[in-house]
Amino acid sequence: MSAEGSLKSDLVVYVGILVMAGVQIFLAYYSPGVIRMLLVAAIQAFFAVMFFMHLRDEKSTLRLALIPATLFVLVMMNMVWADSYRLIHLRAFPK
Amino acid sequence: MSEADLSMGHGAGVMEERPFAIPSKKLVMWLFIISDACTFGAMLFAYGYVRNAAPDWPHHFGAASIINVALMTFVLVTSSLTMLIGTRAAKAGDKDGALRFTFITVVLGLVFAALHLREWANMIREGVSLLQNPWGAPLFGATFFGVTGLHLAHVISGAIALTVVALGYKRGRYNADDIEIWSLYWHFVDLVWMFVVPMVYLLNVAR
Repeated sequence: MSAEGSLKSDLVVYVGILVMAGVQIFLAYYSPGVIRMLLVAAIQAFFAVMFFMHLRDEKSTLRLALIPATLFVLVMMNMVWADSYRLIHLRAFPK
Repeated sequence: MSEADLSMGHGAGVMEERPFAIPSKKLVMWLFIISDACTFGAMLFAYGYVRNAAPDWPHHFGAASIINVALMTFVLVTSSLTMLIGTRAAKAGDKDGALRFTFITVVLGLVFAALHLREWANMIREGVSLLQNPWGAPLFGATFFGVTGLHLAHVISGAIALTVVALGYKRGRYNADDIEIWSLYWHFVDLVWMFVVPMVYLLNVAR
């Protein structure tokens, strides 16, 4: 960990992540939706990786080595949805 | 120059400069973290696949469960903060402070695990097992226990690893870099929970 950052910035990120967790619970009851909930989770994860794990303080080559590869794999996993919807819409009628 | 100095990147001028300017052990932890992120990603995609394809997916989690999950989130995020403080103390050479906050992190991890197991016990008591439940899609239990169980295993193994590293740090076997490297793992476990909560709990609240 480099000398950058401080306990104050850690506390700000900590409170921010907890507030976003509260927003997720609010959304669950008043405006549920998988995209907006995962968007909030992605913002939380971004702050956790950059500030708690201090990836922002590392060399940009490390960020370039880690982030695109991970995102590529996770994005490619979205291929499963086509088959998942097929299971619903091509479901045989009950006899 | 000792072997430990070389392995922690203090061998400038003796060895070729490291491409990412971090110790080898830290790079290995980052590589483990991205592979583990893909493992959790696969688990959550599998969960989403099964949930999406089941027209009768149970919306079971009531207020008590959501309050429990909110408490678990608070405990886990707070443990990340204490781990950060412990890492800063270790880097500043404050051994007592580093040990104190690392052990507070371990205790918070165990509190999280206890809350998790309480949630599991409640669900098992209500009739949820791996292949059946009283409310709907039979695979609900398998996916729920699979995803949350994998996360729980990470929390428990993280608490054990932090204890071992902290005790080694106390005896002088490990140094501040080792505390920092295992703090990365702990923050990752926290990060995964941020996706588990909406996917597994919040999208299935009882109305």
